[in-house]
Amino acid sequence: MGVSPFQTVGPYFDIFLRRRVPLVMVTSETPGQRIAIDGVLYDGAGTVIPDGLVEIWQADAEGRYAHPEDPRGASADPTFYGYGWRHTDAAGAFHFDTIKPGPIALPGGDPQAPHIMVSVMARGILTRFITRLYFDDEAANARDAVLQLVPEARRHTLIARTTSPGVYQFDVRLQGSDETAFFDA
Amino acid sequence: MAEDISIKPGPYRRVPPGVHPPADPAYRSTVLRHPKEPLIVIPQTLSELTGPVFPYDRIGPLDHDLTRQHAGQPIGERMILEGHVRDEDGRPVPDTLVEIWQANASGRYAHKIDAHDAPLDPNFSGAGRTVTDSEGWYRFVTIVPGHYPWGNHYNAWRPNHIHFSLFGPSFLTRLVTQMYFPGDPLQPIDPIFNSIPDPEARQRLIAAFDIGLTSPDWALGFRWDIILRGRNATPMEK
Repeated sequence: MGVSPFQTVGPYFDIFLRRRVPLVMVTSETPGQRIAIDGVLYDGAGTVIPDGLVEIWQADAEGRYAHPEDPRGASADPTFYGYGWRHTDAAGAFHFDTIKPGPIALPGGDPQAPHIMVSVMARGILTRFITRLYFDDEAANARDAVLQLVPEARRHTLIARTTSPGVYQFDVRLQGSDETAFFDA
Repeated sequence: MAEDISIKPGPYRRVPPGVHPPADPAYRSTVLRHPKEPLIVIPQTLSELTGPVFPYDRIGPLDHDLTRQHAGQPIGERMILEGHVRDEDGRPVPDTLVEIWQANASGRYAHKIDAHDAPLDPNFSGAGRTVTDSEGWYRFVTIVPGHYPWGNHYNAWRPNHIHFSLFGPSFLTRLVTQMYFPGDPLQPIDPIFNSIPDPEARQRLIAAFDIGLTSPDWALGFRWDIILRGRNATPMEK
């Protein structure tokens, strides 16, 4: 059986997001380092995109995913919700209040640097583009197997920049000289 | 001595070329928005093989019925929409969130940026959500959406469609797409529908009218099945 093809999310997807309960990823009980992620979504002319859908998926503070595939998934933090979504605002901006994820093991056991999965959709994108967000204050980035697959000149597009303690800036550029590196997984 | 062999799911298969649309200048907004650099092939780690799993209590009792979310009934032809969510190997995808959104019967979205000069319907918001059952089935009750013009080119009109959003079991199975209706004359000239290179894959987005699903004296029935990415099986010796 063939996979159902993608079609663009279009300009009106806020209609279905409005039916969801408001996003809360962390509560006052959630263990881990509180962080904020700020970003702006840009098109190839450097213009902000006010109708993008940015989604994230991440592990808890101990690097566990609340999912049966993770051998430690059953003990994942019940006070943490690892999925987040944002409709970009009029300035093309998105914002997430979350925690920094712990390191995630590779199948062989080697750790990956802390990272967050990112998915981008918008009117004018016919499918969905995925990438990863890494943190500029993690020495483990230098040994991260996935990050090393990204050509060195483009690696910085995946690394969120500390702008104040616990606040990271992660802009996404869909085209241009600093086009964000997107993945085929 | 007989060996105890169990099957452990392997990586998700790559999607063959021709299924998901590449950049397509016929759809004008892609020109500045579709990334141009080649995608970087990465392995599937726990980060890709896991994904959000939704608790049921977030789904309201009328979330699946778009005709009963307001004081009165929406204008338009009522329809029952049912389908089976499976992976490429035909395995059902149970307990997964399915969300839809659509225009009203006159072709207008309940959204502040929709400037089409067609009436809004105070009894129709156009959003629904449900979770597939233990065998992968979903069901919505709604109305047939109308055609509407859009600014892509001179005299551009979208074929009737309902937007779908699904998660499936992992980050890699996420699917956002549009379901179309059989026999719509706008399909052959719609840049978004025709952005799918493989004509056979395009047909997978068209629902079928189903007289068996049609409810006498009440609503037409349409059936639309959804296929998500499947995984290779890796035989493992215990």
